[in-house]
Amino acid sequence: MATAHSRIAARFMLAPAVLMLLCWMIVPLAMTIYFSFLRYNLLMPGMEQWAGFDNYSYFLTDPAFFTALKNTLLLVGGVLLITVIGGTLLALLLDQAMYGQGFVRIMVIAPFFVMPTVSALVWKNMFMNPVNGLFAYMAKAVGLQPFDFLSQAPLASIILIVAWQWLPFAALILLTAMQSLDREQMEAAEMDGAGTFSRFIYIVVPHLTRAVTVVILIQTIFLLSVFAEILVTTNGGPGNASTNITYLVYAQSLLQFDVGGGSAGGIVAVILANIVAIFLMRMIGKNLEA
Amino acid sequence: MGQITLKQVTKSFGNTDVIRPLDLEIGEGEFVVFVGPSGCGKSTLLRLIAGLEDISSGQILIDGQDASHTPPAKRGLAMVFQSYALYPHMSVRKNIAFPLKMAGMDQAAIDAKVNGAAKVLNLTDYLDRRPGQLSGGQRQRVAIGRAIVREPKAFLFDEPLSNLDAALRVNMRLEISELHQSLKTTMIYVTHDQVEAMTMADKIVVLSAGRIEQVGSPLDLYRHPANKFVAGFIGSPKMNFVTGPEAAKHGADTIGIRPEHLKLSDSGWAGKIGVTERLGSDTFLHVHMDGMDTMTVRTEGDTALKYGAPVHLTPDPACIHRFDAQGKTLA
Ligand SMILES: Nc1ncnc2c1ncn2[C@@H]1O[C@H](COP(=O)(O)OP(=O)(O)OP(=O)(O)O)[C@@H](O)[C@H]1O
Ligand SMILES: [Mg+2]
Repeated sequence: MATAHSRIAARFMLAPAVLMLLCWMIVPLAMTIYFSFLRYNLLMPGMEQWAGFDNYSYFLTDPAFFTALKNTLLLVGGVLLITVIGGTLLALLLDQAMYGQGFVRIMVIAPFFVMPTVSALVWKNMFMNPVNGLFAYMAKAVGLQPFDFLSQAPLASIILIVAWQWLPFAALILLTAMQSLDREQMEAAEMDGAGTFSRFIYIVVPHLTRAVTVVILIQTIFLLSVFAEILVTTNGGPGNASTNITYLVYAQSLLQFDVGGGSAGGIVAVILANIVAIFLMRMIGKNLEA
Repeated sequence: MGQITLKQVTKSFGNTDVIRPLDLEIGEGEFVVFVGPSGCGKSTLLRLIAGLEDISSGQILIDGQDASHTPPAKRGLAMVFQSYALYPHMSVRKNIAFPLKMAGMDQAAIDAKVNGAAKVLNLTDYLDRRPGQLSGGQRQRVAIGRAIVREPKAFLFDEPLSNLDAALRVNMRLEISELHQSLKTTMIYVTHDQVEAMTMADKIVVLSAGRIEQVGSPLDLYRHPANKFVAGFIGSPKMNFVTGPEAAKHGADTIGIRPEHLKLSDSGWAGKIGVTERLGSDTFLHVHMDGMDTMTVRTEGDTALKYGAPVHLTPDPACIHRFDAQGKTLA
């Protein structure tokens, strides 16, 4: 790839793939933008008419929007907090030499392979159910009133479920980072009189910053669009206590059959995601530079 | 202070004995060099002294105190690693200050010490850089700085110069010797470069397969190697060994002659010139002998001899080393 000639050839050969990806992205985006300016209701097909920014103003002034925005940010932030801290601790544990290491590591990744709908249903019906759930059973065993997670603390419960799914991912990335730490550095710190805790704070944590950055960036992308877990557990409720932007867009376009409003919500979500991305890159993107 | 005694120290990893029962006395202020072929256990021995590995049996005394099971931080020793092991996310200043910070020293005292060490090591201009922005030699000096500020009882070096280029290695070799003269602290230095061993050591410990082959001053080892292994290991180019009837003439199983003790002559052992290596001051001639192994001869200055020219070699009779069948030196 060094000569000018080979670079031009490379560009030519890349072009079809790039063009196809571009269409793949641009066409749905353009259609969504187009729909977002139409009065387009599925109950009245063929009656579409130009609506200007009406859809946007309805969506943005809807009180549900602000709740959804807050919920989205809480969901992303909460899950990130749990997975990064929990993942670090889990990685520390997995990094220890122990019997059956390979098997334990595979078991730890397991939640990541379970489909979101399935794991959310398992949590809903087998753990958090106030009558049959494991938690209710445990509460009753010690004489406490069972707690109805999904109606008393719907958002926190969803955060818990989603965090459970993403913990293995974070733990795994952080574990590989931990294993790439130079052993002599740890030994040098040990000779320098740093105890276990100081070594963790001064050597391990700085070494992990880049991996943590990767975890945060990747997870944020996926956490902004959490949907299945909400759909199968709380349906966004009670009220809209656990509705995030993604779910609000769904409710708008498919429960209220308002494709125009839903599309406007979708575009708002895209813009929000970009704002979050810019913020993140500003804050932690420099960690990625070598 | 800085006297280290090893008593019957052994180390095994699983079933492999890496260090056989080993006794060693390291005096205060001595510069001791461990040499030996790769895999003979030099690093392991150093790490045992540092406390980074547990000894399997035996005893380590530091200043007369039993330190066999003392954690590394409490032994009062400082180590310089082959890979430098600097903390990449800390500035040079923070790197050097790290052990002092861990010891809970107050900031003013730390600053004074760090600045002092930086001055000694010519690092003052680099204090705010990160290790990644330094050259190999500078990194090495930072690693040494981090060791100095602790004022340890002894310094442990594990092949500290092996990542440096030849010119820098010569410089750093001098700097470390200079440092030893000014600090007068005990230093234990691992290397497999025998020029480093010969030039820096007060005392050389030659190791082979986890055993001590010989301990002595550089010239002592050069002149009076205890066995064939030490004779072949110390000295560059390597000693030439001759077996068979020529050795029997001297009443030995094998005789050894150093390249500098062989002369080109009109009669004697016959052979043909092989490759000649010209260093300027000296020339090494590799001679293919008739009925013996190839020998190396060191001659001063240049030589006019061409590849394939017939020559005769005569050893200096006063400098012939004699070994028995077990490789032990015969008196
Ligand atoms: N953690 C370990 N587990 C098992 N064997 C080990 C371990 N560390 C070292 N060894 C073995 O011990 C022997 C001595 O190793 P050591 O690192 O001390 O050699 P060395 O003399 O420093 O060699 P070099 O000059 O190549 O650095 C080697 O044969 C090595 O394979
Ligand atoms: Mg070694």
